[in-house]
Amino acid sequence: MLKINNLYTIAEDDNDKKILNGLNLEINPGEIHVIMGPNGSGKSTLANTILNNPRYIVTQGNIEFEGKDITNMRTNEIAKLGIFMSFQTPEEIPGITLAHFLKSTKKSITGEKQSIVELSKEISDNMNKLDMNKSYLNRDFNVGFSGGEKKKNEILQMLTYNPKLVILDETDSGLDVDAIKTVVKGISLYKNDNNAVLIITHSTKMLEGLKIDKVHVLVNGKIVETGDISLANYIDQNGYKKYLGDNHEN
Amino acid sequence: MKTNIDEYVDNGTRNIYNIKSEAESAKKILGLSEEIVRNISKEKNEPDWVLDIRLKALDLYNKMEDPDWGPDISYLNIDELLTYVKPNTGENRSWEDVPDDIKEVFDKLGIPEDEKKSLAGVGAQFDSEMIYHNLTEKMKELGVIYTNFDVAIQEYPELVKEYFTKAVPLNDHKYIALHYALFSGGSFVYIPKGVKLDQPLQSYFRLNEKGAGQFEHTLIIVEDSASLEFIEGCSAPGYNELNLHAGCVELFVKNNAYLRFSTIENWSKNMLNLNTKKCYVEENGTIEWIMGSFGSKVSMLYPLSVLNGRNAKCEFTNISFAGKGQNLDTGFKVIHNAPNTKTVVNAKSISKDGGICLFRSYSWVKKNAKNSKLALSCESLMMDSESRSDTIPVNNIETSDCVFSHEASIGKISEKAIFYLMSRGMSEVEAKALIVRGFAEPIAKAFPVEYAVEMNRLINLELEGSIG
Ligand SMILES: Nc1ncnc2c1ncn2[C@@H]1O[C@H](COP(=O)(O)OP(=O)(O)OP(=O)(O)O)[C@@H](O)[C@H]1O
Ligand SMILES: [Mg+2]
Repeated sequence: MLKINNLYTIAEDDNDKKILNGLNLEINPGEIHVIMGPNGSGKSTLANTILNNPRYIVTQGNIEFEGKDITNMRTNEIAKLGIFMSFQTPEEIPGITLAHFLKSTKKSITGEKQSIVELSKEISDNMNKLDMNKSYLNRDFNVGFSGGEKKKNEILQMLTYNPKLVILDETDSGLDVDAIKTVVKGISLYKNDNNAVLIITHSTKMLEGLKIDKVHVLVNGKIVETGDISLANYIDQNGYKKYLGDNHEN
Repeated sequence: MKTNIDEYVDNGTRNIYNIKSEAESAKKILGLSEEIVRNISKEKNEPDWVLDIRLKALDLYNKMEDPDWGPDISYLNIDELLTYVKPNTGENRSWEDVPDDIKEVFDKLGIPEDEKKSLAGVGAQFDSEMIYHNLTEKMKELGVIYTNFDVAIQEYPELVKEYFTKAVPLNDHKYIALHYALFSGGSFVYIPKGVKLDQPLQSYFRLNEKGAGQFEHTLIIVEDSASLEFIEGCSAPGYNELNLHAGCVELFVKNNAYLRFSTIENWSKNMLNLNTKKCYVEENGTIEWIMGSFGSKVSMLYPLSVLNGRNAKCEFTNISFAGKGQNLDTGFKVIHNAPNTKTVVNAKSISKDGGICLFRSYSWVKKNAKNSKLALSCESLMMDSESRSDTIPVNNIETSDCVFSHEASIGKISEKAIFYLMSRGMSEVEAKALIVRGFAEPIAKAFPVEYAVEMNRLINLELEGSIG
């Protein structure tokens, strides 16, 4: 489904800053992958590069989605193919209500005209699943939302668009214990054999209750080890000393 | 007789403002001289006292200089301007009687339709003259007067004499002198004591002729405890020749009276908009200005409110949108001249492709204006780094018994927010339009519904025009 081949990126405003350094990753339909890595190792950059954020420039390698090279595709076209990213820091849009936002973006993503009644019901059901208060629909998008509420709002969008591949960039950070459970429930409800999830996280809390297929460790813009859930538990216990040590020797 | 509406098609949205009607005019006058001013006055059959004002104003105009601040307008050559263009029809009471080629323009602008739906009266001006004025019977019975300004001079000379030139004097600035020399058309409104209109009146000013000027005069008197919402719309099709709009609005809000004066202005990008507006507010009276400025090459417009009686209030809500080649120099002025007076200003501007939005505010709180309050808020959004936005506040506060607050913020549209919205399937243009709509939303809410919809359409049109 997603295939990343030997990817190198630099920052648009700082050409000397090499962020991803020959990254390879393959995710198949039905799978859940996890990426862990120290602060600044390039996790968010990877997520942003998949969606072709103009702030990052690919200098080598490419990204394929369902056999199509999407490396230079426009962000909105990539979204329309079915890739969704839950942002580490979601944006606020003053003056635009959550309801208005969901309605106009759903139409943009699917390109279909859905009846307002049907969509409203869908949104309302999804909010129930996530224990979200429906009065938020009339509030300006993310304005004055707490950190956790913003993250839940990302998952609400995920459920509403029903994409093929979901990238969750630290969706769990800032969430209380119950909210993490709710989000995990949301992911379980979304997940099926045809779609896939890439979870970027610093903790294993969010992984409990999900069937994890692969765990990757990202250090200095490169995947240095891949394993199963036990690798996540190892890092939870021991941190990244081992990998950083390796680097020192190089 | 042909209306060219297909000229500007953008993503399926027709720019109705650009309809170029080839309606033949009955008379055109080029340039400015004493003879021309006398001719216009004669054409209108005016009494001598009006002609005297015109001649005095002409004399002032000839002596006065362009302002030594603000945008450059020195390229305006009055000798090349059509100073009077008479449409090929008189003023009508029914749209049926308006010639087809002119009616078509107003149909496209949606005026007759709005009239049926939600207006107590409508006036429509085409070039130099009003071609339509109508007021519901109910309003007439209540003693409301809503006529062409020229007609008011003939039919209500005492009333006009009492107020005309009393808010905005002839020597206010060079272009108001020009206005008084050439004024033509506009609306006269009189709301008697205690009469509260439940539906708005709307005057629409359309400048169709290329290279022409429009000099309408609007005079509104809202008597004690009366209430009125007045809507003013302006537009013109785009040409290469310079057009000039030097209108004037004089408003009088009496004790306990209320006036909401909304303007949505979408002049074409070849228009010099040098408009002058002023309002006197007496005890307990309220003036609410709602303004949307989208068009014109250069605008210089700073409505002045004089809070003359205790508890008088002024609310000023403004949005300006300047695109490529536009310089919108706007703002507001207020004079607090009585105790307990209150001003609330909420101004926003959007600039893109090198457009300039400057917001000037002038607040003068006189010594006698004890316990007065002023709250000013100005926000600017720049779509790119070539565009410019700024606010210039000037305050003259003569009493310490006054609460004054001023907030200003100027920012560039967020690349992060654009990326976020694009990751939700929106194109770059759609993403920007949504952000701008959100920015403008608090202002849009203040507009009459049809105009709020219109404003969103204008924003989309402005943004789609240049990108991609
Ligand atoms: N636009 C940019 N310009 C310059 N440097 C950047 C830019 N974006 C990211 N970087 C740098 O690239 C590196 C990777 O950043 P990134 O945000 O991808 O890290 P991360 O793995 O997501 O970290 P965290 O766990 O803290 O979220 C960091 O050193 C960061 O400072
Ligand atoms: Mg990150």
